[in-house]
Amino acid sequence: MSKFKKKKEGGLPPISTASLPDIVFMLLFFFMVATVIKEDNLMIDNKLPSADQIEKLDKKRPISYIYAGKPSERFKNMGTEARIQLNDKFARPSDIKAFIASERANLREDQLNKLIIALKVDVDANMGLIGDIKQELRKENALKINYTTRKGDAVSN
Amino acid sequence: MAKRSAPEVNAGSMADIAFLLLIFFLVTTDIATDSGLNRKLPPIQDKEVEPPLIKKRNIFVLNVNRKNQLLMTRAGEEKRVELKDLRKEVVAFLDNGGGTGEDACKYCEGAKKTESSDNFSKAVISLSNDRLTKYETYISVQNEIIAAYNEIRNRVFKRLFPKSGLNYVESNNRYQDPQTNPSEKEKLKEKLEEVKKIVPQVFSEADTKKA
Repeated sequence: MSKFKKKKEGGLPPISTASLPDIVFMLLFFFMVATVIKEDNLMIDNKLPSADQIEKLDKKRPISYIYAGKPSERFKNMGTEARIQLNDKFARPSDIKAFIASERANLREDQLNKLIIALKVDVDANMGLIGDIKQELRKENALKINYTTRKGDAVSN
Repeated sequence: MAKRSAPEVNAGSMADIAFLLLIFFLVTTDIATDSGLNRKLPPIQDKEVEPPLIKKRNIFVLNVNRKNQLLMTRAGEEKRVELKDLRKEVVAFLDNGGGTGEDACKYCEGAKKTESSDNFSKAVISLSNDRLTKYETYISVQNEIIAAYNEIRNRVFKRLFPKSGLNYVESNNRYQDPQTNPSEKEKLKEKLEEVKKIVPQVFSEADTKKA
């Protein structure tokens, strides 16, 4: 007679979960590498339109972002018309001048004319606002722009 | 007394910790969408410069109204056009190649109608929109125009450099890929520039109309 009971034969052995942490860590690292922390806190709805003739933005070039769209739920008191957002603040088209100047102040001299303005605009915005933004950018001689879009079929927009 | 070995650390909660971190990253991040349609704005002219004279047959006028409907004026004929047909129409216009003599178009494969464009570099696309046009529609229109140019550039690229096994868009992507080595980039750039010279994007945008 033994002190310990012999294991009963038969029946499924429990599945080992020892490798579960490894799997989860792998996923974790994937997400850490593949994503970037949001640079700006968006205060507007920002559903980008889709297009299929897109080009990747060169990360080596300086990029400034201009957002536009309808104020989101939390900022309902700002109205329902599409607004511009620059660096965590709602802005008027006339504020773009100062924005471009401050973005340019952060750049090295040889990068000054390489600045790309990425326009992240909500699908429901009106072209009037975009036209105003473009006009301001032309005045500031910031002519390289990029309409940021998702990859997808443009005709179904 | 027997030597006691150090007790093993219980790693059972490791998975929980990792899950917590994973969920944190899932929630706080979004996959970067740093791609889009590159465009160049025209610089502001100091003085009133006389606009260059362009023959009517070389202009493709596209109007987008506040109801997001498209009207095209080509070769003196006005016509409503659906978004899905726009690419075809633009290609037909650019590719027409009606020019003769000096303006003859070597790479055009179009209908060669006399009332449509002479050659690629003469053909101008002019886009105007209303202040109430939706951004969505505008991007779709821009996309279709770029697509039409890319279609023609692809064809010209293949005809000029049949051995490369790439088309214009693929070469451009390779050129912009930071992993491509510099000597290949140099070669690609030459080819791309040559195609761009044959098929330039001549694009004019009217100021947005006041509502």
